[in-house]
Amino acid sequence: MHGNEGSGDEPGLVSNRTMDIVVALLLLLVSSIVIYDSTRLGFDWRENEGPASGYFPFYIAVILAGASFVNLARAVLAKGGNGSDAFVTKTAFMRVLAVLVPAIVYVGAIQYLGLYVSSAIFIMAFMLVLGRESILRAALVGIAVPVFLFLMFEVWFLVPLPKGPLEAYLGY
Amino acid sequence: MEEIASLFAGFAVVLTPFNLLLMLIGILLGVIIGVLPGLGGANGVAILLPLTFSMPPTSAIIMLSCIYWGALFGGAITSILFNIPGEPWSVATTFDGHPMAQKGKADEALTAAFTSSFIGAIVAVIVITFLAPLVANFALRFGPPEFFAVQFLTFASFIGMGRGSPFKTLASMCLGFALASVGLDNVTGQLRMTFGYEMLLNGFVFLVAVIGLFGIGEILSSMEEGLSFSGAHAKIRLNAVLETWKQLPKFWFTFLRSCLIGCWMGITPGGATPASFMSYGLAKQFSKNSKNFGKGEIEGVLAPETAAHAAGTSALLPMLTLGIPGSPTAAVLLGGLLIWGLQPGPMLFVEQPDFVWGLIASMYLGNIAGLIIILTCVPLFASILRIPFSIIAPIILVVCAVGAYTVNNSIFDVWMMVVFGVIGYVFVKLGYPLPPLVLALVLGDMAEGSFRQAMLLSQGSLGIFFSNWLVSSIMTLGLVLLFWPGIRWVIASLRKPKPQHA
Repeated sequence: MHGNEGSGDEPGLVSNRTMDIVVALLLLLVSSIVIYDSTRLGFDWRENEGPASGYFPFYIAVILAGASFVNLARAVLAKGGNGSDAFVTKTAFMRVLAVLVPAIVYVGAIQYLGLYVSSAIFIMAFMLVLGRESILRAALVGIAVPVFLFLMFEVWFLVPLPKGPLEAYLGY
Repeated sequence: MEEIASLFAGFAVVLTPFNLLLMLIGILLGVIIGVLPGLGGANGVAILLPLTFSMPPTSAIIMLSCIYWGALFGGAITSILFNIPGEPWSVATTFDGHPMAQKGKADEALTAAFTSSFIGAIVAVIVITFLAPLVANFALRFGPPEFFAVQFLTFASFIGMGRGSPFKTLASMCLGFALASVGLDNVTGQLRMTFGYEMLLNGFVFLVAVIGLFGIGEILSSMEEGLSFSGAHAKIRLNAVLETWKQLPKFWFTFLRSCLIGCWMGITPGGATPASFMSYGLAKQFSKNSKNFGKGEIEGVLAPETAAHAAGTSALLPMLTLGIPGSPTAAVLLGGLLIWGLQPGPMLFVEQPDFVWGLIASMYLGNIAGLIIILTCVPLFASILRIPFSIIAPIILVVCAVGAYTVNNSIFDVWMMVVFGVIGYVFVKLGYPLPPLVLALVLGDMAEGSFRQAMLLSQGSLGIFFSNWLVSSIMTLGLVLLFWPGIRWVIASLRKPKPQHA
């Protein structure tokens, strides 16, 4: 399916094979956490209670571990094929980070500035820095979207969203 | 013909100005959602769900299901004009739809796509109208073992009919089940896998997972490809519509086959995406012009679109009758039912006939309205895609964040959305399918509940799953599907002398 998108001229940062191994290992970690807690809860048969709390998660985690072992083995043993294809090239990875990092900062800012103000800043910054749009356009979209959201949620549907100092100052 | 009477009662419910207005809003929003990258049926409905909490359930489901129809229609626009599948199930539409557009036959391709979507959907609605009451009636006799067997069949069919590695499907599914088990155990009241973190008390909210996996994940992968849209311009002339319609009757067998594939894959949760590929593949195999496939053959647009819509629509049948959704979007709608205080499953038909039949009636009207709207407004929707991605991406991110927050009014959920976004991005690239994860997250509690009840009934013997013909036939079918990839592999290696590409 993937063909060799983008891997033509640029060496990959990580190969699909490496990522397959990493994901399989992470899933094994998840499964061991679940197994650990299930043994605390117990996965035996209880009188009048049926299978104990840990029963279902325990067996699910065992299956997860089994499937992950197969995926891990396949990735480790894989040679050639599309396993050596790039999972992501450096340029592509940078582009992904260019959205992901601002998105994380944005979610962090919601707690302090409220959703409306952080959304305005996020949209404007994104348009200016990544999109190289004009300041006027960025300001217009950046303000219009939160105002629309405000009207829709706080006024029409009466669903409160997180608010910060600015809204408090304005009396909301 | 009790169904016909119920259906007309349903039309009476739908045909109020308020509901018709919601239907139009739903279709328009749905098409926009289907056209925009990062928003699709599942997460679009998930984001809007909290806004419907205050509406009457019937009106709410009419609007939300219309968003779903709109999104199904909208996916075709981007595939044909821009060669960008707006939705996974419209990937197969790009194979022949985009070449047609490049040859200047964009209007024919679009008309063919919309019309065949419409036919697929209507056939599936007719199937629902007559089959759903039967299934519901039948399911009234279901006990916990039967329900668990059906749920087992649901998940087994992901493995049996999936297109990727069965072990990746299995891992993805089990991750969903594991996440579903986090939080308060409904039976014993014990806390599971919370490790003292209070915010894990209620477990992982699947609506948030859907918004993250499909929404944020798609934004990340769209960004990676570095976006520059270049697409064919399109305006649909009435002439082209009529010309295309004249060609359609001779493809009646393709339609019939695609509808059958679609309905089957929708009811058993194979889903719209594999249905569209399978239908495309079969059409190519049996067509007289199979050499032309991939170069702009109209049949190559008809087949996947019909099947995708038939599957997308019939996915609501098991959701309504058994409480088991056939697709991620159906799962989100199921979540809606629970929030509105309706218990999906066979009793719904008995207790809430207005709701059920109103919904089914709205499926007919919604698809007719959808076809008219989409045929007339293509240029408008296509122009949405000319808005630079650097404007659309941050707005979609903000909308996703709002959607994730409003589910439970919690910032923690917004963080989880980002985490699920990264998981979605990585999983899709590595070929771990997302629908099994979402469905396991939704059905985890239910499947576990019916399993435990069945075990209590039988005092711990697994034999209860083979105790009567009904439950044992469902279980056997499930087991066959579960081991199908293995069976296929054995057959393929027995035929070794002939080099197989499987």
